[in-house]
Amino acid sequence: MSLLFKGRDQGAQRTRISSVQRLLMFFISHIRQALASLGELWRSPGASMMTIAVLGLSITLPSTLYILLKNTEKVSAGWEQASEITLFLHQNTQPGDIRQLTTRLSLWPEVESLKHIDKAEALNEFKQLSGFGDALNYLEENPLPDVILVTPDSKNTSPTAAGKLLEKLQKEREVELGQLDIQWLERLHGLVDIAKELVSVVAMLLFIAVALIIGNTIRLNILNKRDEILVLKLVGATDAFIQRPFMYTGFWYGLLGGLLAWFTTWLLLWWMSDSIGRVTQLYQTQFELTGLQGESLLGMLGLSVFLGLAGSLLSVHKHIRAIEPK
Amino acid sequence: MIRFEGVSKTYPGGQQALRQVSFHIAPGEMAFLTGHSGAGKSTLLKLISIMERPTVGKVLINGHDLNHIHSRQIPYIRRDIGMIFQSHQLLMDRSVFDNVSLPLIIEGYSHREISKRVGAVLDRVGLTDKSRSLPVTLSGGEQQRVGIARAVINKPPLLLADEPTGNLDPKLSMEIIRLFEDFNQAGVAVLIATHDLGLIARMRYRTLTLKKGQMITDGLTEDWYDEPAV
Ligand SMILES: Nc1ncnc2c1ncn2[C@@H]1O[C@H](COP(=O)(O)OP(=O)(O)OP(=O)(O)O)[C@@H](O)[C@H]1O
Ligand SMILES: [Mg+2]
Repeated sequence: MSLLFKGRDQGAQRTRISSVQRLLMFFISHIRQALASLGELWRSPGASMMTIAVLGLSITLPSTLYILLKNTEKVSAGWEQASEITLFLHQNTQPGDIRQLTTRLSLWPEVESLKHIDKAEALNEFKQLSGFGDALNYLEENPLPDVILVTPDSKNTSPTAAGKLLEKLQKEREVELGQLDIQWLERLHGLVDIAKELVSVVAMLLFIAVALIIGNTIRLNILNKRDEILVLKLVGATDAFIQRPFMYTGFWYGLLGGLLAWFTTWLLLWWMSDSIGRVTQLYQTQFELTGLQGESLLGMLGLSVFLGLAGSLLSVHKHIRAIEPK
Repeated sequence: MIRFEGVSKTYPGGQQALRQVSFHIAPGEMAFLTGHSGAGKSTLLKLISIMERPTVGKVLINGHDLNHIHSRQIPYIRRDIGMIFQSHQLLMDRSVFDNVSLPLIIEGYSHREISKRVGAVLDRVGLTDKSRSLPVTLSGGEQQRVGIARAVINKPPLLLADEPTGNLDPKLSMEIIRLFEDFNQAGVAVLIATHDLGLIARMRYRTLTLKKGQMITDGLTEDWYDEPAV
């Protein structure tokens, strides 16, 4: 509709087409523009490849770290015995009491399983292993206490939860002392937490870098097309119309950069899989390195497309408005 | 159609390009705007297409005060005005067809409609066989006609031309002016800025003369041509 002249229709309103047709044309024109922007990238393959390589490598680093971290968490989650609790019982506890205690404890929701190590059994084992054998026969009575090994259920393996469970167990009458070797676990969890934070910070910085790189590339594109933009403005193009192809360029940069990152991440993990396998063998864990697939792959591609659009939006907003015919 | 009411324009550097200019051009009228270099002709046209804003006074198109037009609305204003420039302002890496169809693409016309209209307008300016050519391969006169085709393709009620015959020889210039006359005959208001006095002298059109930013004469060519002052 014309602002100045009543009754003078502008554009497609004049040709009376149905709204379905208009919607269809809207999509067709968008697809056409998206392909045109892709073609534009293709016309200067050297420069485009370089930009895409920078973007891809920048996204590779955080995504590789993310995968390693995720796998570390998966592995450490497998070490439930890590927070096994050892309960030493009072010397004079009777076998009947012990049986009662184990049945009682096995009903606790926090407890996954229990194992009773009989003090006689323990002494035998000690005899065999220590080599003191006969010397121990001279003991009047067995100095070892009965021991119960408690494995908390999966919700209570974290150091704090396991610590709370230990406190509760120590309140039991038969228990003389409880022990939980959680220091190393706490350290591991601490390290994983630090690594997580580090990865987030590195990722954040690199993502900002990606958005800025795309923004700057688009800025150069805009400046290169200054004359064309001037002409478009002279014949009545809105800023939204002019910025659309640049937004599509940003979209393609994001998508192609993301795909490249996916490939290089896969390559890196494949390269490292041998050494990772050797480490995990030491821990005797059945361990399969999960790469980027399914949701996390879509997430990464979505993120890189988002960064591409965000970077170009910043640029487009600032620089297209600045170009005005004089 | 176009009305200036006490319009002055002072550029940021302090250069006063227009002083207290008032005039009115009726719908469907054709007029020339002339004056020495630096007199303010281009500035006056830029105020109409909102490439510049007046420092003082009002510019109205069809009764609408352009001072009230927000910068976001400017593109829509420009779709109502066909503009032609001495430097053509064509996209040199696009074909004649693409250049001429630009205003229609911006307004979202269908492909069929675009081919139809571009065909018709190229026929009108005599460039049917150049549709697929690049502008660089055309002569100055042909390039100017591409610019005119682009300006009229969406049938604006108003045409502005800034030195449209700039580097053309008298014969070609006359052809271009004849084209404008054709469009004028079809009801389009036309305002042409030029310092080609010989060209103006050969026609009988209203002529507005600027001198150092002031409107010094406004009348028919003959009346004005008797005064050697300009
Ligand atoms: N963007 C600008 N900034 C500052 N001064 C300007 C600008 N544009 C034009 N001027 C000045 O305003 C005055 C009028 O310029 P304008 O371009 O309107 O003249 P003109 O009549 O079109 O001249 P010509 O015939 O040479 O095209 C001149 O003195 C010029 O120097
Ligand atoms: Mg000028």
